This record gives sequence, C-alpha cells and structure tokens, in this order.
Amino acid sequence: MISRRGVVAALAVLAVMAAPACSRRSKVPVPLPPQPAPTQTQPPAVPPPPPPPQVAVEDLQPSSPPLTEDSVANRSLDELNRNSPLQPAFFGTDSADLDDAGRAVVSNNVDVMKKYSQWVVTIEGHCDERGTAEYNLALGERRAVAVKTYMVSLGIGPDRVRTVSYGKEFPFDQAHSDEAWSRNRRAHFVITAK
Amino acid sequence: MHTTRLRMRGTILAALTAAVSLWPGLNPATMQAIGGQNQQPEIELVIGGDGGAPPRYAVPDFVALSPDAAEAARTISQVLWDDLAFEREFYLIPRDTYSSVPAARSAEQVPFASWRELGADAVFFGTVQRTGDTVRVQVRLFNVRTRQTVFAKEYSGTAANPRLYAHTLADEVHLQQRALRGVARTKLSFVSDRNRERLVGPIDNREVKEIYISDYDGANQRRITTTRQLNITPSWSPDARAVAYSSYRNVAPQIFISLIYQGVLENATKGIGSNYMPVFSPDGTKIAFMSNRDGNPEIYVMNRDGSNVRRLTDHPAGDGSPTWSPTGSQIAFTSDRTGTGRPQIYIINSADGSNLRRLTMNESYADRPTWSPAPFNEIAYSAGTGAWYDVKVLDLATGTVRQITFSEGSNESPAYSPNGKHLAFTSTRAGGTQVFTIGRDGRGLKQITRSGNNTMPAWSQ
Repeated sequence: MISRRGVVAALAVLAVMAAPACSRRSKVPVPLPPQPAPTQTQPPAVPPPPPPPQVAVEDLQPSSPPLTEDSVANRSLDELNRNSPLQPAFFGTDSADLDDAGRAVVSNNVDVMKKYSQWVVTIEGHCDERGTAEYNLALGERRAVAVKTYMVSLGIGPDRVRTVSYGKEFPFDQAHSDEAWSRNRRAHFVITAK
Repeated sequence: MHTTRLRMRGTILAALTAAVSLWPGLNPATMQAIGGQNQQPEIELVIGGDGGAPPRYAVPDFVALSPDAAEAARTISQVLWDDLAFEREFYLIPRDTYSSVPAARSAEQVPFASWRELGADAVFFGTVQRTGDTVRVQVRLFNVRTRQTVFAKEYSGTAANPRLYAHTLADEVHLQQRALRGVARTKLSFVSDRNRERLVGPIDNREVKEIYISDYDGANQRRITTTRQLNITPSWSPDARAVAYSSYRNVAPQIFISLIYQGVLENATKGIGSNYMPVFSPDGTKIAFMSNRDGNPEIYVMNRDGSNVRRLTDHPAGDGSPTWSPTGSQIAFTSDRTGTGRPQIYIINSADGSNLRRLTMNESYADRPTWSPAPFNEIAYSAGTGAWYDVKVLDLATGTVRQITFSEGSNESPAYSPNGKHLAFTSTRAGGTQVFTIGRDGRGLKQITRSGNNTMPAWSQ
C-alpha cells in the first residue's frame, strides 16, 4: 500500500507550483458542434465534396512577395514557416489518400525541397472534428504518411521527412461547417532544419 | 452475502490497522478504537434496509468541537453524503430533511427515535476538532434500530483537505458494509485548454493543452504539465502514482511518465518516432502505445522504462487506441483496416499480436475501447450514432451491446472507474467539450469539468 502522506505533501508542492500559471484569462465561449437529430439512426451522411484545394491554399497563404532564392535562403526557420513556400495538401472526408490536387501540391513542394537540399520537413497530419479524438490521431498519421510516401517516390530522401499527427487537436479553422472541415483535413509542412 | 456475523472489537482493530497505511498525514499513535464500551459479545455489523430495500443512510453535519472546525465539519459531512450517494449502494436521505431531528452534541445524545421516524436505518455521528493546522475526526456509524455502533474510526492529520477524510470514510464504509471497493479516493486525469494560452511558434492559432488531475468528483483540479505545448492521451499507472501521456514538446510526440507526487519525469520513447496513447499493463510493468516508428501507425508494447519494444500489429491501415484486458493477456485496439474513416475494434494477444479477432460487428464507427475491470467483462467505446458519437458497452461474454448515452451532444472517450461501476467520458452537451461521469447503467450523470475544453479522461485505480 502506498504512503499517502507523501502524496499530500507533494500535492501541496504541486499546487503551489501550478498556482501562478492557473490564473484564468478571459474565457472564450466555445460553440457547440451541431447537434445530431435525435431520430437520426443512419451512419454519418457523406458531406458535399470540399472546395477545390487550390482555393483553400490561396486562402491559407498570407500575401507575400514572390520568393527569390536569396530571400528564402536567408530567412530563419520561423520566418520560413510563417510565409512558407511549402503548401498544405488537403484530404477528402474519411480519406488518407492524396487526390490529383493533393499530389500536385506535394509535387510542387518536392520541387522546392530539391532546390533547398538541406531542408528537413515535418509533415503534420490533421483531421476535422467529426471523427473521434483518438482515431483522428491514427488518421492524421496516415495522412502524413501518405504525403511522405509520395514525396519519397518523387525522389526526396526518407530521412528528410518526418511525420506527426495532431488528430483534431489543432483545427486551422475553428468553425463548425463543411468549409471549415475541408480546410482542417490537411497535411501541413513545417521546415524543421535548413 | 452481507449478513456475516463478526466479533466487533476484533474487526475494528483489524480495520484500524489496515487504515494506517492508507491515511495521509495520519499519526498511527493517535489512533484508537472508540466505541469500546459496547459490551455485547456479538453484534450485527452490516446494516440492512426494510424488506431488502437499500438501507437508508443519514449523514447529519458533524459536530465542530472548536469554532475553527465548523467549515471542515460541514465539508466532511456533505462530501461523505455525496460519496456514499455516488456508489448507489445505499439510499441517502437528503440532508435538507434533517431539520426535524434534534442535533446531537455527543454520541450519547443521538436521537434514534427521531431518525427512525425519518426512516433512517443508519446514521453517522462525527466530531471534528481542530488544533492549528491539524484536525482530529471521530466518526461512528449507528444502526438506528439496534442503536449499536457498527463502525467507529478516529483520524487525525492535516486540516488542508477535509474532503479526503470524507473520501476515506466513504471507502471504508463501502468496504465494510457492502464489500465494495469505492472510488472516493480515486482520481481523474484529462487534457484541458482552459488557460487559453497560445503555442509559441510560427502558427498563431494553436492552443496549449496541458494534463490535469482531479479528485474523482472533480474537486481539486490541478495541472501536472507546464510545457505550454500540446499534451494529450493521459493514462494512470496501476499504483495511481504516475500519469503517462504524449507530449509534443519536441515536435514529434513522445511518451512521458510523470511521477506526479515526486516531480520526476521520464521519457519512455526517447525520441524514436511519434508515439501516442500510452496505457499501462495491469501489473504496471509494460506500456502499450501507438507509434509510427516503422512508417505507419501500429500498436507496440514496451517495458515501462522504454526497453524491449515489441510491435504487435502490421497492417497498412491505422492501428491505435490500445487497452489491456484485466489479466494483461490481451489487448483491444482500434483499426480502420476495413475502410478509412470506419474504424472498428479488434482484439489480439498481448504477447505476440496473434489471434486477431474483430469485436464490433454492427457499428459504422467504433473507437477508444476501454476494457472494464473484473468482475465485469465488457468493453466501453465511442460509437458513431448519427452525425456524432455515443458511449456504448459491449458485453464480451454475450456479445450484447448496451448504449450509455443517447445523442445529447457528442459523447466520446469512455474510461472505467476501478470498480467498473462508473465511466468517465467527454460530452459536448453542456458547452465546449467537458468531462462527465455516469454509472455503467447509464444513470447518475455528473459533470466534472466546466472551464475551457476538457478531453481524453482517464480514471485512476
């Protein structure tokens, strides 16, 4: 049987340590996801297809001047990732397969990576909120793996690409709509070394 | 089964001896059996109800023996009432109906006739004395009909957390009266974004998520990670002294084990791949988890210190969400091998991944299996029902499924209490995503968290 005396003492220490960080900031109301109809017993309906990925890609990119080789080479990793030359690839609902548009995006990113041969990237797989939190970790990983597999097939060394899944933890768009969900099903490229 | 006759004095002494190692800050030297003046050679220790009905318990305010003990006395009696009500082994007479009963200042004054009029089968009498930062709590449980003391304890210790005295009392009464392992001293762990901090980095709209723990009833919520990063999928070690979780502090998530009462942090996966959803084996020596280290999400098992990593699944689909059987010989997990976006629950042997079987046959979507403790033999999971999710339970012996929640919001991530009678889960029914608990029969819903969004609950032993 464990000693609970130590437990209480340590908890007290923990509480003291945690106290300054626990001050709450203004609470942001979190909207409820749409409620399911109580009588609905069918499997989730297939939503309409997402908007064309190119549209979303443009939306996601902050306006930035055309990149020149020098401007890219001289930028810090943070600056690079804030205005990344690597575009996100988007996925269909419940899919971990790259469609033609997704392959085109990844192919362009591969061209950039071939130009900057020292770059190492992490592919982040993300999901929309409609799957469960746990399964989305696997699904996000599968999306990232699909991108990595395609990049390797185009000649990028596998050691230059790491994969990570964020499941539905970091939605790009916090809204609860088909459009938001289509933006959130994505593989996001992060340059981690140059 | 609850009518065994026992010699009272010997039982109390044995119970007190057992309590020494359980009690925080308790000085064994101050403990003594009370109620020893009861001279009957044999008494009935288990209090029954009328005609087989659940016994009716009353928990009046404990008596504060000093003015500065008043708050602790009130807290202990209220929390004791809540703890006893939570397990639903007894009927708890509402405390706002006690006004007709004269308050007793000593055990000799307990007005048994008045309690009987109120229908009580059992009544507590407790006193709380405070000396500086310590309190002494003396408690008796009376059989109202026989007016005999069936349970008597004295505790002394810190005055900092009066709730813990009530929790200990509730657990000991459940054990003595119902042979039940109560959950009053267990804890929950979960993920929360309540501080509304933003990740530092090139992407602006990402919220920090930290691991929290709380008492089983939601009291004493405390943060145990301070990384200002993403930390998810906590689970408890069987000794309830450690929480394992995935932390993205070094980009690729690693499994950390936080010895929460010692302030020690261990990195079990040591930077190899991305690693998620750690769960301790029932004996605490191993951890099952999901990793991409071989290029695809698969189920692995490693020793608690990260050594001896073994891969249990090998399939191009995604395999995740492992949970151990109570004996540790099998692992249930989620796989989308029949279709992306259509995960189902499977089972394998934990030694080598052999004997693969699919468990969920009639679900469009099934995830986050959680194996119940004995004596129940069932798996709770998140099931797709309409656009969102509900908690369901699969009885492994009969294959029957019962639904626990019914589309009030989306309901996910069930986790069993250590006695199997309750489930923690998340729901969107009350604004944001919050942790709730509910009985395994679907009754007794209780909201645990209210601040920010709170997800992925785990329930300690």
